[in-house]
Amino acid sequence: MDAIARYLTLHADNLKGAVTRVADRPLGSLMTILVIAIALVVPAGLRVMVDNARALSGTWQGAADFTVYLEMAVDEPAAEALAGQIGERDDVEMAELLARSDALAEFRAYSGFGEALDLLDENPLPHAIIVRPAGTGADLDRLVEDLDALEETALVQLDTEWLERLRAILELARRVVDVTTVLLGLAVIVVIGNTIRLEIGNRREEIEIIKLVGGSDGYIRRPFLYLGLCYGIGAGVLAALIIVLGLGLVASPARALMELYGSDYRLAGLSPADAAWLLGAGGFFGWAGAGIAVARHLREIEPS
Amino acid sequence: MIRFENVRKRYPAGREALCGVTFRLEKGEMAFLTGPSGAGKSTLLKLVALIERPTRGTVLVADQNTARVPRRRIPQFRRQVGIVFQDHKLLHDRTVFDNVALPLMISSLRRRELRGRVRAALDQVGLLRYENQFPLSLSSGEQQRVGIARAVASRPQLVIADEPTGNLDPQLSLEIMRLFGRFNDVGTTLLIATHDLELISRMGYRRLYLEAGRMAGPAAEPV
Repeated sequence: MDAIARYLTLHADNLKGAVTRVADRPLGSLMTILVIAIALVVPAGLRVMVDNARALSGTWQGAADFTVYLEMAVDEPAAEALAGQIGERDDVEMAELLARSDALAEFRAYSGFGEALDLLDENPLPHAIIVRPAGTGADLDRLVEDLDALEETALVQLDTEWLERLRAILELARRVVDVTTVLLGLAVIVVIGNTIRLEIGNRREEIEIIKLVGGSDGYIRRPFLYLGLCYGIGAGVLAALIIVLGLGLVASPARALMELYGSDYRLAGLSPADAAWLLGAGGFFGWAGAGIAVARHLREIEPS
Repeated sequence: MIRFENVRKRYPAGREALCGVTFRLEKGEMAFLTGPSGAGKSTLLKLVALIERPTRGTVLVADQNTARVPRRRIPQFRRQVGIVFQDHKLLHDRTVFDNVALPLMISSLRRRELRGRVRAALDQVGLLRYENQFPLSLSSGEQQRVGIARAVASRPQLVIADEPTGNLDPQLSLEIMRLFGRFNDVGTTLLIATHDLELISRMGYRRLYLEAGRMAGPAAEPV
């Protein structure tokens, strides 16, 4: 019990010493912490953005319409009837005929190829049925399969394809974020390692004296490890604040944008788990950076 | 307490600091190590404190062969030896109390016991009233006494001192030497390097005379 109490006292003293050391030079410490915080903000902020984009793309899934293009041979009344049939399915909320004449008009109006169409003798477009699946529970694959199997169907065009692409892009973005995280993690280790190296240099005399009166390597190492830990955790806290603040700043324009798209999606903030991760990562990188610096430089200092 | 057997020390630069030193210092003894500058006094003390290792020969301290103390056990080894330096080697950003407490903190002594021992050590050197001051506010002689308090705070069996009075006037020097004498009176073994022959001739302790890396004179054996 006694040994544990003494051990805890020793560590508490070290932690207190490290905090004091950080507080003693507020400006220099703040600069170090800021650099590390920025290195943490970039991957963490990107991650929040990508997560938001993924969540957002998820909400679009069920609402996606798709188009069934009919064979050219199908005439308008038959198409109309078919649209009615499809519309009666349980898994379809609405099926609407887009007659070939309307489609042509629409194409002429919006595509910018209107003049090209004039060169054609007849309307090249088929009738099409716009299908909106019912709710989010509908078995989209089954529905597409059924419609594709219809004799009149030429092609089922899923308008969700761009969503698939977006999702693939987001997956890629996530990977990029992962790589960035690793790289900036290394940067944090280097920054802290360098700071600790300078600190070791500044306290060279002290280290020599402690070695002379019998301080073990562990005893000498500990204050520096705690200093690294303090820088790391301080930077984690600052990074979390920056992200919360940043999200606060973009929340209102983001909501306005979402409203334009008819979505009531709200930006997800930094969850407590994310924040804990940020502090943990900061602390870990700080400790590791200090550990590497200390391992490399403490041995060089020997009393003479 | 200290035994040197045919100890040689050659520095990497090629200078031979000690060439075959043999002597013993018994438990409870106090001796002055003297001789001209560059005779090897500091080197000898460094070998005792394991700051340097001998090139040849055997150094025994408190019945331990220093050659058998691996690097990682040096801290533990040094805790049984109190060291006093010419330039005090105090930490200027810590109070007198914290300076003296340093070796005890390293041994993770309990706070209450630590406080008692630090106070006792400061009292012995007559500086208890300065415990909350910083070293730079003290005179050189007082700083040296803080250094001595630090060396004895953990109650080592052996105290070594390298020119502890090097920067002090004769009166202060005598005071410091008498302080060492008082520690010897209570059983501490002391080896004090000094070139101040005039000072030590007034005191009755054994003298080890080192010249050009060799023990000179008949003083190599305990009296």
